Amino acid sequence: MATAKPTKGTSASAGKRPTKAAPARRRPAPEKASARSTALVPVPKPDEPERPPIGDPRRSDIDEWGRSERMRELARTLYRPIYETWHRVEWEGLDKIPTEGGALLVSNHAGAIPSDAPSIMHGIETELGRPVYGLADEMFKRLPLVGLLWSRVGGVLAHPDNAYRLLREQQQLALVFPEGTKGTGKSYQDRYQLRRFGRGGYVQIAMRAGVPIVPIAVVGAEEAMPILWKSPQLAKLVGLPYVPLTANMLAFGPVLGPLGALLDLPSKIRLRVLDPVHFDVEPDLPRYSRSRIMDESEAIRQRIQEALLDMLRHRESVWFG
Amino acid sequence: MGKRVLITGLATFWGGRVAQALEADPEVDVIVGLDRYEPTVQLERTEYVRSDESYSILARIVKAARIDTIVHSFLVVDSTMMSSRSIHEINTIGTMNLFAAASAPESPVREVVVKSSTLVYGADPRDPVWFDEQSRRSKPPSSTVERTLLAVEGYVRDFAVDNPHVSVSVLRFSNVLGPDIHTPVSKLLALPVVPAIFGFDPRFQFVHETDVIRAILFALDTGLSGIYNVAGDGLLPWSEVAAICGKRLLPLPPYGTGLLARPLSRLGVIDLPVELLDLLRHGRGADNRRLKAAGFEYRFTSAGAVADFAQSLRLRPVTGGKALYEYQSDVEQFFRHSPAVIRED
Repeated sequence: MATAKPTKGTSASAGKRPTKAAPARRRPAPEKASARSTALVPVPKPDEPERPPIGDPRRSDIDEWGRSERMRELARTLYRPIYETWHRVEWEGLDKIPTEGGALLVSNHAGAIPSDAPSIMHGIETELGRPVYGLADEMFKRLPLVGLLWSRVGGVLAHPDNAYRLLREQQQLALVFPEGTKGTGKSYQDRYQLRRFGRGGYVQIAMRAGVPIVPIAVVGAEEAMPILWKSPQLAKLVGLPYVPLTANMLAFGPVLGPLGALLDLPSKIRLRVLDPVHFDVEPDLPRYSRSRIMDESEAIRQRIQEALLDMLRHRESVWFG
Repeated sequence: MGKRVLITGLATFWGGRVAQALEADPEVDVIVGLDRYEPTVQLERTEYVRSDESYSILARIVKAARIDTIVHSFLVVDSTMMSSRSIHEINTIGTMNLFAAASAPESPVREVVVKSSTLVYGADPRDPVWFDEQSRRSKPPSSTVERTLLAVEGYVRDFAVDNPHVSVSVLRFSNVLGPDIHTPVSKLLALPVVPAIFGFDPRFQFVHETDVIRAILFALDTGLSGIYNVAGDGLLPWSEVAAICGKRLLPLPPYGTGLLARPLSRLGVIDLPVELLDLLRHGRGADNRRLKAAGFEYRFTSAGAVADFAQSLRLRPVTGGKALYEYQSDVEQFFRHSPAVIRED
């Protein structure tokens, strides 16, 4: 309620509107002057000088996706020992990841708290110096603190509109795990057996955005946090996709207590980047052939599965690779 | 012949300001303002009609004053102001009556601008970061305000389809901030400590009040038709919004927040309606590129609107935030119609 009477100012800034005062206004015809006059008594309105608009006084570096480069830097610093010493992550074919332009990275997903996502994001960001946005389930956003931290370090809800904007308009790298929680929630005896790749939505997004898909096969994340047993009742109760008993709880629990459930086993993680898949279709179409999408999705799944089996064939030890 | 404008909700912040701006426009012949309450800004030639939005009155006004342009700024988007029954009456029933009146046979109406809100998108964890005008909301509405606004937009859509010769524009405004407007969000930011939900730091988007008025005038000037988001550039986290206002956050528990909020609003401590709690958890972004493409230029970004609001917050203790103007019917009548007043022609 303070000072502003911005009529004049507002109308001036609206453009074509003339800002002259009362005389410019239409008056009733003079012949009616003998009747009751309806002419106007101008209301005094102070001519307030238009205040210059304030720029964009941002104080944090949090972008529209909720990512903060400073937080990301901190996360990389904290994760470096785990990446380099604990898991001794090794890449194969990192040069197949484009150094510019958008691309959708697609990988297999494993471990109760999966270590594949941070490994891929950390590796690409340190080696190529490009940010990677991790597309994740809405579950993250529902959980207090978890969702907040996840978005600060580059997590984004896996929504087609978000993916399109990241890939097409901002030409970024986005990482997606089409298996979702079906991949991370599988028991240890099902390790390295890929689940269904969603409904192929990731292929459609890549087609719409006109970017290639880069498949990545990850070996070692399964053993970093194997699920021995799951409680569907408990999961339903707390509203999580699964509540597991992991080997980590048994191994570290007695020493570290509840924190032990968060610590990975020191498995060797190997990542193999496969040849990018370019779709020869026109981008920005509202819909693409369902059969084409399912064929492409199935082919990508097959290639990752074969790469996994090949990598396992050559793996001599879970811990030393 | 100039425009003959009907403004619903003359007493609302928007109605009054738009009327003031239109008064300065020689292209506008007649301005009729309708509201249940008296205008809150000083007006020169706007005719104020105290009335509710019942059908027969609206139909008579539209016909008698040969209204060709309607600015529908009556819609309630702040559910802390009144009961949900009143919101339903004003938003849903009022709009229904207005469009019934405007679509009468041989109706002179050619242009309609509706002031809606990005509340129609809701706020949910499944939301995209940016809503465009075609996006659908992720979950069904849980509050009366959102439900009625959706119903309102339904009536507008029907009207636009049935009357293709009328240009109808729906402006969906994001959270509005500015020196003079009071909204649920601005009330939170005016508190000594700003409520937040622990473990969440949603991204907020704001539009400055002058940009709101300018957008309505822009729609009138250009004869815009269609749906447009009106929101400043950029999203900023709630913690940063509070920081720009120089406030600390008061974290509320993330579970049972609704249970806590209800007694707080009963006691009159803070009003945290459902739609605001959703927003404090998940935030909302509206893509403003469509209106920009139509030629509109924003003067404030989201963060700029917050900074300007923060300046006015510092000023408020000094000026006391009193109303500068009070409508007095007899005085207004005297100045407008009395032969005793000497008018310069």
